[in-house]
Amino acid sequence: MAQYYGIRPGSQPHTLSVLVENRPGVLARVTGLFARRSFNIDSLSVSSTERPDISRITVTAYADPDPLEQIIKQLNKLLHVLKIVELDPDQAVERELVLIKVKANERTRSDVLEIVKLFRVRVVDVHPETLTIEATGAQGKLDALMGLLAPFGVVELVRSGAVAVTRGPKALSEKVPGTEIGEFMNR
Amino acid sequence: MASPTPLQAFSSIPKETEPRNGENSVAPGEPMTGAQALIRSLEDLGVSVVFGLPGGQILPAFDAITPETKFRFVLTRQEQAAGQAAEGYALSTGRVGVCLVTSGPGATNMVTPIAEATMDSVPLVIITGQVAADAIGTDAFQESDIMGITYPIVKHSYLVTNAQDIPRVLTEAYYIAQSGRPGPVLIDLTKTAQTQSMQYSWPQKMILPGYKPTTKAHGHMLQDAAELLTTAQRPLLYAGGGAARAQASRQLTQLAQLINAPVVTTLAARGVIADGDEHTLGMPGMHGSVAANGAIQACDVLVAIGARFDDRVTGDLEHFAPHAKVVHIDIDPAEIGKNRRVDVPIVGDVAQVLDDLNEEIPQVRERVESADLAPWWRRIHDWQSAYPTSYESAPNGQIEPQWAVQEIARLAAPDSIWVTGVGQHQMWASQFIDFERPSSFISSCGLATMGYGLPAAIGSAVGAADTHPVWLIDGDGGFQVSSEELATARQEGLPLKIAILNNSAYGMIRQWQDLFYNGHHSQTDLGDGDEDSASETSATNSHAAAAKDNRTHAVPDFVKLAQAYDCVGLRASSKEETTAAIEQALAINDRPVLIDLRVWKDAKVWPMVPPGASNSEIIYQPGITPLADQSEQR
Ligand SMILES: Cc1ncc(C[n+]2csc(CCOP(=O)(O)OP(=O)(O)O)c2C)c(N)n1
Repeated sequence: MAQYYGIRPGSQPHTLSVLVENRPGVLARVTGLFARRSFNIDSLSVSSTERPDISRITVTAYADPDPLEQIIKQLNKLLHVLKIVELDPDQAVERELVLIKVKANERTRSDVLEIVKLFRVRVVDVHPETLTIEATGAQGKLDALMGLLAPFGVVELVRSGAVAVTRGPKALSEKVPGTEIGEFMNR
Repeated sequence: MASPTPLQAFSSIPKETEPRNGENSVAPGEPMTGAQALIRSLEDLGVSVVFGLPGGQILPAFDAITPETKFRFVLTRQEQAAGQAAEGYALSTGRVGVCLVTSGPGATNMVTPIAEATMDSVPLVIITGQVAADAIGTDAFQESDIMGITYPIVKHSYLVTNAQDIPRVLTEAYYIAQSGRPGPVLIDLTKTAQTQSMQYSWPQKMILPGYKPTTKAHGHMLQDAAELLTTAQRPLLYAGGGAARAQASRQLTQLAQLINAPVVTTLAARGVIADGDEHTLGMPGMHGSVAANGAIQACDVLVAIGARFDDRVTGDLEHFAPHAKVVHIDIDPAEIGKNRRVDVPIVGDVAQVLDDLNEEIPQVRERVESADLAPWWRRIHDWQSAYPTSYESAPNGQIEPQWAVQEIARLAAPDSIWVTGVGQHQMWASQFIDFERPSSFISSCGLATMGYGLPAAIGSAVGAADTHPVWLIDGDGGFQVSSEELATARQEGLPLKIAILNNSAYGMIRQWQDLFYNGHHSQTDLGDGDEDSASETSATNSHAAAAKDNRTHAVPDFVKLAQAYDCVGLRASSKEETTAAIEQALAINDRPVLIDLRVWKDAKVWPMVPPGASNSEIIYQPGITPLADQSEQR
């Protein structure tokens, strides 16, 4: 106990969904908590939800159970945090978007396109020397795709960070206490 | 007008320049400026004292303070002192401490008190000025991002750019500061919001959808705890600052009597149960008593009550209370299991939980047979009689600082409030004064800020001077960090009693140098006491040697320093002089009195658990380690 370094060898990946009030400064408070405990955030994605007054933060991180529990408890203390759940991978749909710019000349282009077809992903930009590929999917699929593209030479790569929802009819925001937070945004 | 949504409520810089829904024109209420609304809100909250210091960006707010204003304004000489005075006020009265300071340097000077208030769970509302809303982010004159700077150390914070939000933000801040686990709430108030006009109405509806502190315990947890306590053969109650904050003194005392359990009180909890109560074993941890640490290491059930297993209490966590099942009662769920694995977690207000637990115990007793605690108490009494609080005698009739503390306690009124700085004197105050009332010991516990003493004493005196005399016991080092506040104390006419245990050194650090750094007294000589201290310390470079040769007088002369502030200054270099000076000080009641007590420099704080060691390795006096075999023993 009292070991708050986020990552140690053998730590497991976790996905947290954090519902917060949609207002400036909230993300800084949330990420600051991770930083203070030297957690490395693996990926982070944030945007507003079906309710414009609520934002949803999806964080994936490698952590041991004790530090993770402490982080969740500390996050819960932030007044702008409305709800936190750790998503069970079996009960959730998780997706990520990547854009990959890969080397492709006359000789290799058809091989790359073959992989694109196989994975049902899309080419979004073509250049005599490169192809830019857009791919969406769960982490495993994207890892496999990137593994196959790597030998051609990846020029540039950007990932959106994971987003995730639980399976079934329920919305996380249904569990937000005192639901009349507000209808419109301060814009 | 419809009640504001949190998003309206949030006072960020509006992303559009036009007013929302022409809101300002529809709001009902009394027209005034934001600055006037701030002062009115404080009055309507029932705030009776505000501590602070003015400046450019908060001038409109200060301008709104008039002779008709219903609260007292205590003007300090430094913002850090305003924050610490507000803490002293909050701790001695149980109310929220409020500060009003300017932007930039005024705000950054509040960082230390904010961190202190978080560590010690002190309810504070800090209002800082901020540059105009449209200048934010431009590095304007005296701009600092105090919100950003303080994110990790506040309980909550607000940036207010709209005057109309002021009464609601004040209502929320005041509520957040004192409810749940108390803490500091910052309100960064732009000049724009201060000067805008608005419509004032009271009371205000709070909108805090993400804030729901739990106060009442879950039923079967109480039962589990009651059963554990009833059957425990070696129970121990470990009370921390949370018990003090929850004002759970009565409930704690009742629980101790009900199950006849011993109680240890952390530095932050001194006085929560009277030291005169036969169940009290004193302070645990690094400078705790042998009985308190012995009981911790040997207990079979440990009930942590508003305590957070701080490393100054636990020593080596792995070997802390090695045989104990732990019941942990705390209002903050994040404290439970943070440092020590817990068998029965109870989230709730300590006073409420203890009340419920005290009702549960008799019911459990009807079903379950209570354990016989006689052997446990015999063991505790053995420790108490073999290892009482004691101290080494000084050579040549010098004053032992521990004796001086006892002498002050002997002569002072029993209902005095005791405030300390940080260092050896702080530990001696905790060890050698018997605290019989809650809130009678005020100290910087978690952050341990040198310089805390005088401002905190001022705040305590402002809060409680009519009912309780206030004594400050400080070190010569710590006193110099905030000695300018003598001006505040004098201007406010506070009859503070100040005893400086002047060992001419940063005593606590010097003690560590003696114990762990081969006596190398690097930069701990203050030369403000005995004149020959300068030559005693080996000067390692010629610069220092020359500087020390030039010094023929103690700098500063604390008696003259007191006199410069129109306070009374006294000096004592022997025990007779000490007693006389204390008596003289007790007779003066129209201004602060400072006594410069020239104490023996080599006195040490014992017992001591060496840093990082287990509490079982406690050293009672050099060479005596009474609990050394504790970890194997049961
Ligand atoms: C602001 C700050 N700086 C440094 C320290 C480290 N420190 C702890 S105790 C101490 C010495 C205190 O000396 P003094 O006030 O004379 O008290 P004594 O220990 O001699 O009783 C120091 C420097 C601290 N606690 N706070």
